[in-house]
Amino acid sequence: MTSAPSMFSSSPVLESGPDNDQLLRVSLGPQHPSTHGVFRMNVVLDGETVVSLKPVFGYLHRNHEKIAENVTYLSSMPYTDRLDYICPLSNNWAYAHAVEKLAGIEVPERAQYMRVILAELTRLINHTAFAGFILGDMGAWGSALMYAFREREKILDLFEDLTGARMMANFMRFGGCRNDLPAGWAARVGVLVEQYGPFLDEMEKFLVGNEILLSRTQDVGALPKDALINGGITGPMLRAAGVNYDIRKVEPYGIYDRFEFRIPLGEHGDCYDRIMIRFLEMRESLQILRQALAQLPDGPFIHPKAKIRNFKPPVGEAYGRIEGPKGELGFHLISDGSTNPYRYRVRPPSFINLTLIEDMCLGLDLADVVVILGSVDIVLGEVDR
Amino acid sequence: MSDPIEAILTRLREALPGVAIALRTNPSPSAQHSLLVDAARIADVCRFLRDTPALDYDLLSNVTGVDWPDGTKADVVAVPAAGEGSAAAGGFLEVLYHLYSTSRRVGPLVLRARTADRSQNVTIASVVAVFRSAEFQEREIFDLYGVQFSGHPDLRRILMWDEFEDHPMRKDYVAPDDYEYEPTPHDAVLEKAKLHYPCSE
Repeated sequence: MTSAPSMFSSSPVLESGPDNDQLLRVSLGPQHPSTHGVFRMNVVLDGETVVSLKPVFGYLHRNHEKIAENVTYLSSMPYTDRLDYICPLSNNWAYAHAVEKLAGIEVPERAQYMRVILAELTRLINHTAFAGFILGDMGAWGSALMYAFREREKILDLFEDLTGARMMANFMRFGGCRNDLPAGWAARVGVLVEQYGPFLDEMEKFLVGNEILLSRTQDVGALPKDALINGGITGPMLRAAGVNYDIRKVEPYGIYDRFEFRIPLGEHGDCYDRIMIRFLEMRESLQILRQALAQLPDGPFIHPKAKIRNFKPPVGEAYGRIEGPKGELGFHLISDGSTNPYRYRVRPPSFINLTLIEDMCLGLDLADVVVILGSVDIVLGEVDR
Repeated sequence: MSDPIEAILTRLREALPGVAIALRTNPSPSAQHSLLVDAARIADVCRFLRDTPALDYDLLSNVTGVDWPDGTKADVVAVPAAGEGSAAAGGFLEVLYHLYSTSRRVGPLVLRARTADRSQNVTIASVVAVFRSAEFQEREIFDLYGVQFSGHPDLRRILMWDEFEDHPMRKDYVAPDDYEYEPTPHDAVLEKAKLHYPCSE
């Protein structure tokens, strides 16, 4: 690197000229707690009102996709943990799902159930942490996040006992999972599931009718349904606007067609609906967990013929996607028949959900930008890849 | 669930007679076949797929860029029908689009568009006017592969910095290294430096 990047060099605070001397240009981020990582927005303000907002990406760019092209298929599995590092197990599953599509690999029953349990626990982690973060964005520094992280910690303990790592799980394999559940693990998940409902009751009681939360989030950041679909928005953001589109129902991957659960939908699509939809989704996740734990069969945790070494999928391509906690998480793989993918593409939900961030913020106050960005729920490991 | 791709191909050929569209078969077990569309008309094809009520492909989920320095390799992954012209052996850049319909709950419909070569003629029509979701994804492909999307409202680098000159996702990209900062450059470092300045001997 020889020259200073221009995205650092422009005047960060004030830019005035003859025709726009009333406008204030603010660089929000990249080192700012409300941007959820190293993300920057160039905001132009007229008084307090946003008249332009341009996101700046790339501070955490490490060309994940290029790295994956230079290693074997399995070698990318631990790296997927580092995409959305709040939800490593969902990322594992999305990647394994795409490779299984590419190579036509079967997954045994028990592994399917294990994957559902882990993915729904991950959804609990993500949505709980989200609730804590967005309260922090609104000024409730610390306390809400500590309640959320207290619960997250319990799930991370379970992950640690199963995978050996709290966050960087590297657990799924093509055709199953890496190891079986330790003794008593499923029972501990059962206890956690039963305790989680009361925690959600408590958290909701603090939030739903809170006057500050209502005034900061209601009617903030809503867009019409069509605009959201056209902008590629997926996940809770889209469903908060009332679009019934959840990949677990639309294209049931794994064994999601065996469980009874509902898809919560919002009405207004504002930030309030986006928060509440996540609470409702957690309740449905608990339902799925109860059913999965009750039905969990015995058997192999990985397909006995799954190839670990010298794995070469047949020539061709596959796009596999799952309903990640943040939206549609997809992997597009092109195989030329060798041990490394010819092309490895991540379809990152947080990155694409930012497409409409300017549209959502225009005409609102600067303080609303922080809440709207919080409601999109981004993780920079995935945005910049 | 996916629509039978032959039916969509027939429909597109009827509705857009001037546009070159060809079926490409996917030999993998995923059986996600694709349509190779004229790069200049890809936006028209997307608009037809979106606005025809019986098709209603309203979600452009994913846009992928691919570099094919050896064009014949692309024919192995996406096999042309017998008798159809094969891909340019000189290499090209390719962009793939994965479309879904949220109302009919079908997909993916895979479209692909190819540039003429990898250096001079690297233009593909932008689909941002039809699908906003392509805005950042096309910028990313412009940044990392060097595809010029004509009609894109704001085609700038997105992940790399503005002054960066190369396209790092291309297969022949040589990554920089820190040999310039080596106090006393020697063997392996000098060997690597030759990759950057092949004529500096």
